[in-house]
Amino acid sequence: MTGAWQAKHTRLALILSVTAGIGLAVALTLIGLSQNVTYFYAPTDILASQEKLLKEQKHIRIGGLVERGSIKHAQDKKATITFVVTDLKENVLVRYTGITPDLFRDGQGVVAEGTLTAPGEFTATTLLAKHDEKYMPPEVAKALEKNAPEKNKDKP
Amino acid sequence: MLHYFANPSRFQKIARILWPLFGALSLILFTLGTHAALVTSPPDYQQGETVRIMYVHVPAAWWALALYTIMALAAITAFVWKHTVADLFCKAAAPVGAVLSAICLITGSIWGKPMWGAWWVWDARLTSMLILFFLYVGFIVLRNAFDDEQRGEKASQILLVVGLINIPIIKFSVDWWNTLHQGATIIKKGGPSLDPSMMPALFLMAGGVFFFCGAIILLRILTAITMKKLENTQKSQN
Repeated sequence: MTGAWQAKHTRLALILSVTAGIGLAVALTLIGLSQNVTYFYAPTDILASQEKLLKEQKHIRIGGLVERGSIKHAQDKKATITFVVTDLKENVLVRYTGITPDLFRDGQGVVAEGTLTAPGEFTATTLLAKHDEKYMPPEVAKALEKNAPEKNKDKP
Repeated sequence: MLHYFANPSRFQKIARILWPLFGALSLILFTLGTHAALVTSPPDYQQGETVRIMYVHVPAAWWALALYTIMALAAITAFVWKHTVADLFCKAAAPVGAVLSAICLITGSIWGKPMWGAWWVWDARLTSMLILFFLYVGFIVLRNAFDDEQRGEKASQILLVVGLINIPIIKFSVDWWNTLHQGATIIKKGGPSLDPSMMPALFLMAGGVFFFCGAIILLRILTAITMKKLENTQKSQN
């Protein structure tokens, strides 16, 4: 009986220590990689390291909200648009040529992939729309907008 | 409780009653859930009719995560206490979990293309969910990779328990890092941000998936027990 009891505890200790060890390794790896795990950077992050980004011309992603009323169609035949991506602190102007996703609109979350081409100016090669975690029927959204237009704005 | 169900014959008796019950319940819930998802639930204010993919995508994701957690706990039980039924449960549940995570990834992809503008992105949520799918497949492969079945059992049980780390990573990936995938809707601070009119469809479908998977897993365990008994009878006859 004692032997079986001991074996049971050895197995329990073994599986717990293996799990704890690997868990620690994964946690450390993720902390180390946290900059790389991040899918996009906010305008504030981008402007903070602007000089380095301009020099290296690194391919990055910028994410934030499309500033309301900032979408402008350029006067060329390639359907180029410009708009301002904001994190409500800093703004970056984004230029993009191509088809925009259905959800791309004023006030919507957006992720653009490309390079920083001039101070505060970003040229995107890919444009993705990001939506929030709220789901409701259009009537409810309308009623909310009527009662508290500012509160119902999307957040990134 | 733990040891009560460790006896395969006793388990057999209960499971034989439970699995048809689970099957019937899943049929009822799926019928009601499909009606709610396609007819009575409203379109979304931003996504329109596309939001209905949620009623398949989210239940599959929930149970893929929950089933993995239960399997890992069963693996600990099987590893430490040599609980036969717990091991049979892991073996029976793994393909179900793999299919659930595949459904989650595929429906997510179909949903992502029209809404985000991409079938797939390597953000933390999507990548960690893909890893969950690989963990399920890895378990199935490892479980059957050894000639000595006991070694396969042990190795695959350790894989399951170690992979448990991935579950909180999936759940909190959207909070810990910037991801394209939006944050949690149901289980989060401040309560769910799903309109009450969309909840019946989601929860009916989630219930349907639960009982459907339950019925399949019970049936698979029953089959495995019968096969083992048959093998033992053949061995004793030779």
